[in-house]
Amino acid sequence: MTVHFKQDEPDNSNRLDGMKQGVLGKPLPRIEGLAKVTGTAPYAAEYHIDDCAEGVLVTSTITRGEVTSVDRASVLSMPGVIAVVDDEKLCTRAAQGTANEAPMQGPGQVCYWGQPIALVVAETFEQARDAAKHLKVEYREENGAALDPNAVEPEEQEDETVHQGDLAHAMAKAAHSVDVTYTTKGHASAAMEPHAAIAQWDGDKLTVHASLQMLNYNITELADALDMEEENIRLISRFVGGGFGSKLGISEEVVAAALAAKQIGRPVRVVQSRQQVFQTVMRRSETTQRLRLAADSDGKLTGFGHEALVSNLPGESFAEPVLQSSHFLYGGENRELMLKVARIHRMTAGSVRAPGEAVGMPALEGAMDVLAEKVGIDPVELRLRNIPEQDPEEDLPFSSHKLADCLKQGAEAFGWDNGPRKPRQRREGEWWIGTGMASAARVHNIAEAKARVTLKADGTALVETDMTDIGTGTYTILAQIAGEMLGLDPEQVLVELGDTRHPRGPGSGGSWGAASIGSAVYVACKVIREELAKKVGISEEELELSEGKTATGESLTDLLEGNDLAREGHYEPGDIEDDYTASGFGAFFAEVRVNHYTGETRVERMLGAFGFGRVLNAKTARSQCIGGITWSIGVALTEALEFDPRDGHLVNCDLAEYHVPVHRDVPDLEVVLVEERDGAASPIQAKGIGELGMCGGAAAIANAIYNACGARLYDYPMTPDRVLAAMPD
Amino acid sequence: MRPFQYTRAPSLAEASDMTAGEDTLAIAGGTNLLDLMKLQVETPGQLADINRLGIADVEDTDDGGLRLGALATNTETAVHQRVRADYPVLSRAILAGATQQLRNKATNGGNLCQRTRCFYFTNIDQPCNKREPGTGCGAIDGIAKLHAVLGTSDQCIATYPGDMAVALSALGATVQISGDKGERSVPVRDFHLLPGDTPWIENVLEAGEIITGITLPPPVGGTQIYRKVRERSSYAFALVSVAAIVELKDGKFSRADLAFGGLAHKPWHDPRVGEALLGQPPSDALFDKAANILLEDARGFGENDFKIPLTRRTLHAVLVQATEKAA
Ligand SMILES: Cc1cc2nc3c(=O)[nH]c(=O)nc-3n(C[C@H](O)[C@H](O)[C@H](O)COP(=O)(O)OP(=O)(O)OC[C@H]3O[C@@H](n4cnc5c(N)ncnc54)[C@H](O)[C@@H]3O)c2cc1C
Ligand code: SF4
Repeated sequence: MTVHFKQDEPDNSNRLDGMKQGVLGKPLPRIEGLAKVTGTAPYAAEYHIDDCAEGVLVTSTITRGEVTSVDRASVLSMPGVIAVVDDEKLCTRAAQGTANEAPMQGPGQVCYWGQPIALVVAETFEQARDAAKHLKVEYREENGAALDPNAVEPEEQEDETVHQGDLAHAMAKAAHSVDVTYTTKGHASAAMEPHAAIAQWDGDKLTVHASLQMLNYNITELADALDMEEENIRLISRFVGGGFGSKLGISEEVVAAALAAKQIGRPVRVVQSRQQVFQTVMRRSETTQRLRLAADSDGKLTGFGHEALVSNLPGESFAEPVLQSSHFLYGGENRELMLKVARIHRMTAGSVRAPGEAVGMPALEGAMDVLAEKVGIDPVELRLRNIPEQDPEEDLPFSSHKLADCLKQGAEAFGWDNGPRKPRQRREGEWWIGTGMASAARVHNIAEAKARVTLKADGTALVETDMTDIGTGTYTILAQIAGEMLGLDPEQVLVELGDTRHPRGPGSGGSWGAASIGSAVYVACKVIREELAKKVGISEEELELSEGKTATGESLTDLLEGNDLAREGHYEPGDIEDDYTASGFGAFFAEVRVNHYTGETRVERMLGAFGFGRVLNAKTARSQCIGGITWSIGVALTEALEFDPRDGHLVNCDLAEYHVPVHRDVPDLEVVLVEERDGAASPIQAKGIGELGMCGGAAAIANAIYNACGARLYDYPMTPDRVLAAMPD
Repeated sequence: MRPFQYTRAPSLAEASDMTAGEDTLAIAGGTNLLDLMKLQVETPGQLADINRLGIADVEDTDDGGLRLGALATNTETAVHQRVRADYPVLSRAILAGATQQLRNKATNGGNLCQRTRCFYFTNIDQPCNKREPGTGCGAIDGIAKLHAVLGTSDQCIATYPGDMAVALSALGATVQISGDKGERSVPVRDFHLLPGDTPWIENVLEAGEIITGITLPPPVGGTQIYRKVRERSSYAFALVSVAAIVELKDGKFSRADLAFGGLAHKPWHDPRVGEALLGQPPSDALFDKAANILLEDARGFGENDFKIPLTRRTLHAVLVQATEKAA
């Protein structure tokens, strides 16, 4: 039986707070942690399937043109080689998140260097890999593919454009104004587990073990790519070794494995090499961003401008949503926002860790620091003065707004000195030391979700959904929500995820997983509670459950009388989405040291204070925040995709040369959870966490670099060469 | 990876015999070679495993120096009590490289022979004169942030990427080599070659020659510094590095052995730099003069232009640190 709940109104009843088990919010360790660290949690490529052949993708060595011939004979005689697949249905790009349709197909047309064009299948992985390198492919190359985003006429993303009032006039009249241009380099998701799939056919039924974030969309994408019915497909993705956006949609290996398995009549495994993951899946677009801020003599914004240029391949709908939080974070009645996309022939640009704010906020919050200096007020104070009463562009209230609390509590916990700020005040030996801060903001996303909860006759519970756990703690928080509602220790709750046979959820992405699927579990549990209350003869509100018993001592097993009680919860965000602007907010504080001689920057300590609704598990929430802050160190200091200027290929395509922060770059990170209840965000009053922790943090570091050594940089990442170039003598 | 034969070389002589053939490479820790084989940058038909040749010890030499077996791991070498006490610059250089896991596997001989990290060298679908003579150099007009500013040629601008050899160069160590023509010793400073017109020839090893060890001269004391500049603080190759052994007597430099990493196809040792310092009291002007000599012929390729001022500043920092310590 399915119970549908569409949320049109805020739910401020905070029912979860009235429950008696007392497990929600507790810092429980992850349920699957032991299995993971002992190697018993199978990842996509690790399933042992009899008679499985191995496929390796072949990628193009031209940037743009046509494949004129694939010489199968060049490899079919090599040891172990079984087949070459260059089916028209092979995908040449990864699907964008929530695309719900097949990504670009047709390996004959090449649109970027390194694009998959065929698959070689052999008995062993080594044989397939060797043969893939030897496959002879001929091309008809088209010259003159556009590669430089600044050298083409970009397209305007009209739905992002805002012209409100007269910004130019406001800038001219302003007591203080800032007009600066920032750049950010491309980023890679850099998940540990490479993209992998094993496909297996049983007649016209297909089962695929894959590493994916959003099965509900992925199954549709795969069905579309293969031109088959979804009913005939089963996707399994029980453990995912990180996704960071790169596994939102299906990638080339999933379709290639399915086609190859069909062609040779055997299961086929395809694992992308690290280089291929970098070169064929998703990049975050580089950006160029102009920020214009006009303020009165008190620092109150009168004008706000944010224009961004990003890039993508022709035919891709995704444009890095750089302005997402700029639309509502600060006031200023004269507004000018615009997003443009340059069509170039680099690999696909798509969702990579906090698309939009991850790079938009570092630019905006850097510019705010420049403004604070001009106005001559503390940068925390500048932010406090500019928090709008309501959404400055749309006539909408905020669902909740914790920015001021985060700024204040964060400053307090960090020991922020709000005295006058001047760069180059502290030096220890070779090192300049300074502090900086920035606001955090990330839009709250939520989506339709279904989950089945079964209260078993034995008094344990089972939660089933196709939701994925990409290492974030989904297994654990769902056990906590169900445990809290049903009065059970989370150890009594078995959570089964990552299988399209279960009711469908939205998957993990855009930080929407916990709030969406948690709400579906909540809805299902609530009805089960109603059933139980009926049996006891009281109302659901009166029903108190803990440790498997009612307040009057009746056990769940007695109430169930030997029967399972199963309900499917179906949560759907309703009108509420149009009635409020909902976002997570926060504040970052950083202390850095910058080497006077070498320009090396090291983060000494960093703190983030975040408000994102209800905390479902203090430990996994904190871990998400720490992970986010760590990525913001990468954005600030090290991460940069480098593309060859002549053919657009990605040159630094492994983890040795694409520099994510290492342990030694990450100091003690402190997290302040500014707990709140946001009834408009979801029926469990929770919002997204994962991405918020990296939305703006890079600016706290950039601003601290300036405060430390006087180098004001406008280009991320702030590598030693750039710091030195901007360092005053 | 091309299919290959794996053979454990039973003796040094047989290892030499095997590797004298075109198609055979020695494998030590495999941390560099196997990666390159997976990418088909290296495609040997046979690997001769040299791990069991009895050349893995670290031993005192008669003159009070130290002999590092070619097959001793980087970790064993870096933590060796005598290396730490008498050759701290070497210990620090090794520990500044790669990661603990890699250093546990990486050997001293393999470290000397590690190949460049040039992006075009490691991508077989791009031109590279080093990997495929005559195809051109992808890096010169490409992404060359890591590349050399000294001793480049119009054929190749790659760097030797390692750290250990930079310290060995400053220490004036020698490499012991064994081959079918017998044994020979080559100063580390002469072991690596500049690219010239033959960028694929990276060092003086002839076909069939195996490095058996590295000999360190008797300890010289002094203040020993290894400074490695990089954007992240571990697990990254040097943008620029400096190995320095410095001593002051009566306020003047009495020793200044300096070598540089990240600048060239070999650890860079220019005797004129140290000579300029000897007998002089430390001063900013003197440090500048030393940097001028070092960088006289330096030439950037756009993206790596920054290495020139960075080297100047890093040398300055190292000399300040060394003289403050020594004073
Ligand atoms: C991700 C990564 C990061 C790294 N970072 C650094 C760094 O920051 N600094 C640094 O210095 N190094 C770094 N390294 C390189 C590492 O130090 C080398 O890979 C290692 O030292 C090579 O030693 P090996 O024994 O594994 O050599 P192998 O891989 O076994 O061999 C390398 C080459 O040397 C030859 N060879 C090996 N031994 C002998 C011998 N005795 N005689 C003749 N030829 C021989 C082999 O034939 C082969 O061509 C890094 C490596 C990786 C993979
Ligand atoms: S710099 Fe040397 S190694 Fe790099 S592409 Fe040019 S020739 Fe090859």
